[in-house]
Amino acid sequence: MKYISEYRDADLVARYLEEIHRAATQPWAIMEVCGGQTHSLVKNGILQMLPEQVRMVHGPGCPVCVTPLNLIDKAVYLALEKGAILCSFGDMLRVPGSSHSLLEAKAAGGDVRILYSPLEAVKIARENPGREVVFFAVGFETTAPANALSVLHAQRAGVANYSILTSHVIVPPAIEAVMNDPDSNIQGFLAAGHVCAIMGLEEYGPLVQRYHIPIVVTGFEPVDLVQGILMTVRQLEQGIIKLENQYARVVKPEGNPEARKVIGQVFRISDREWRGIGNIPLSGYELRPEFAAYDASLKFDIDIPHTPESKECIAGQVLKGIKKPHECPQFGKKCTPQHPMGAPMVSSEGACAAYYHFSQALADTETA
Amino acid sequence: MDKISMQLQCPMPKLDFDIITMGHGSGGLLTNRLLDSGVFDLLKNDLLDERHDGAVFDIKAGKMAFSTDSYVISPIFFPGGNIGELAVNGTVNDLAMCGAQARYLSLAFIIEEGLHMQEFWDVLVGIKFAAERAGVRIVTGDTKVVERGKGDKIFINTSGVGMLHPRADIRKSRVQPGDVLLISGPVATHGVAILSVRQGLEFESSIASDTANLNHTVMRLLDACGPDVHLLHDPTRGGVATVLNELVRDTGLGIDLQEAPIPVLEEVSSACELLGLDPLYVANEGVFLAVVAAEAAESALEVLKGDENGLQAAIIGTVTAEHPRQVVLHSKIGGRRVVNMPIGEQLPRIC
Repeated sequence: MKYISEYRDADLVARYLEEIHRAATQPWAIMEVCGGQTHSLVKNGILQMLPEQVRMVHGPGCPVCVTPLNLIDKAVYLALEKGAILCSFGDMLRVPGSSHSLLEAKAAGGDVRILYSPLEAVKIARENPGREVVFFAVGFETTAPANALSVLHAQRAGVANYSILTSHVIVPPAIEAVMNDPDSNIQGFLAAGHVCAIMGLEEYGPLVQRYHIPIVVTGFEPVDLVQGILMTVRQLEQGIIKLENQYARVVKPEGNPEARKVIGQVFRISDREWRGIGNIPLSGYELRPEFAAYDASLKFDIDIPHTPESKECIAGQVLKGIKKPHECPQFGKKCTPQHPMGAPMVSSEGACAAYYHFSQALADTETA
Repeated sequence: MDKISMQLQCPMPKLDFDIITMGHGSGGLLTNRLLDSGVFDLLKNDLLDERHDGAVFDIKAGKMAFSTDSYVISPIFFPGGNIGELAVNGTVNDLAMCGAQARYLSLAFIIEEGLHMQEFWDVLVGIKFAAERAGVRIVTGDTKVVERGKGDKIFINTSGVGMLHPRADIRKSRVQPGDVLLISGPVATHGVAILSVRQGLEFESSIASDTANLNHTVMRLLDACGPDVHLLHDPTRGGVATVLNELVRDTGLGIDLQEAPIPVLEEVSSACELLGLDPLYVANEGVFLAVVAAEAAESALEVLKGDENGLQAAIIGTVTAEHPRQVVLHSKIGGRRVVNMPIGEQLPRIC
């Protein structure tokens, strides 16, 4: 596959790994922010190939993991109690709400549909004028342009039975939340390449300055990841702290102006609750007041109690890199991918699920 | 054969009804009219022509295999096939995985009222040609109709009996450390073909399901390698990862799987990238895994590569006692990871 196979070149990966082994002389904790990067590190077996000194911490960048419990409950409520056609990206479906996941809501008779594009949901709304269609708009800055566009499309076409249930989060405040936590020990970040492809680099320079921490905007293929890690380790070892762009083939400093324009037109920045972490000021998007008619949380009378997160789940500390998943007393016991207590155990991008599969392998191999 | 040439060879007869109703499953006059409309003619053979409650036939002395499976795929027509072909190939292949050549199949339909006769006819034609290709006869059957909303167009069950290859000795307990794992063709093709036409997820592609009868291929493999073939398995639902996890669970052994030689069609691989799916967990139809004694691995590979269903066959791993009950994938870039049993259906990822 052109433009992919080059970045999966085993020799090149081996060369970068060798460089990392040579460069790392002391322990470093580097957080990869994005769940896609976590997934790729695990899928390609990169974690085991890194030197012991380089510890990768799986960050809060898994949109499925940080979507609040209450919002999943709202989606389930809309599907089951309001008879809405609830459209969602696939991996949201298994995330447990306080009583049901969307997958269970579907089994219980809810009309829950998996889509790849919110524009498809607008089409469904057009085809079902007698029913309400709600798109569960989760994700980081990457999915925001398409979700915004769906609202604009619906408005232009006069589709009144379409709305979105928004749980948009943005990366820079999450990095700040990690750094502001007194228990945090993160020393460098791999920033999420695809988020920066939309938003550009300008938000990250100030973070590097404020927290005096290297940030390397990194891609998702094995070569990208090991190169990004090497760039971070080199900065740390040499004491040079700056913003670097490993993913320059995709990320332009100004990002994607068209996409940013659409986001700005439809959304405004708001406070957001992050599952496991809590409220982070100015860390998400909500629909602008002029689009209130497309805001499912305003359009419907959603009467559900606010269920608190499980006290036993330490997802917040895991997502901030303070604790490793297996340091949780419930890890692998009460909480497994089959019976997740918190969202990071659900998604394949989630830190706990990734760790569960990975450390299970290590433990078993060691005892074998 | 594609759908159009099948329809040209077997045009639907002129009928005085064009949709199937509850009455067609009543067992009465309408049922007879449905079956006489050409169903019996299409699947004609001396045992079916008896039109009795069951089929009576002679068997040669020896071991037989017996298998059953139900088919509920949606949509019922998909690139590369339809539910009818799948229903024949699936049971033929399940028997082949036991080392048996399918001989007789039963065929039972549960039809949702409102199914168009033309759709039913196209499914039947698919069944006819799949049975001919596999060299199997449909000797008994049943038709039920359920109310609209109680089914999904058509469900099919097939059961089959087959004669075991005289040199076949296929059992999980024969799998041992050092055995070599082969795959007969590219993985994930069927699952991606189905996804490409599933409502809400449609994308343009030329990916067609690989549904095929594997019995002739398996018989050739057994002719050549006989008891050196320790286990056969078709990785349908849940894909290669699921079958291998079941294998390590049941044998207490481990598997070292090499990522690089696992064949995946380029278009399938691209689609999986886009959808965030792991090809190892995607369903297959016309592909099987073979666990063979190490010394027979090369000749098994040669036999497969010489067969139309095995052109892209490859050696993809070995059985080991090193990491019991674990499938360890050696990634293309030299990393290692455990390939787990999937929790449920694989769901497309956000990013």
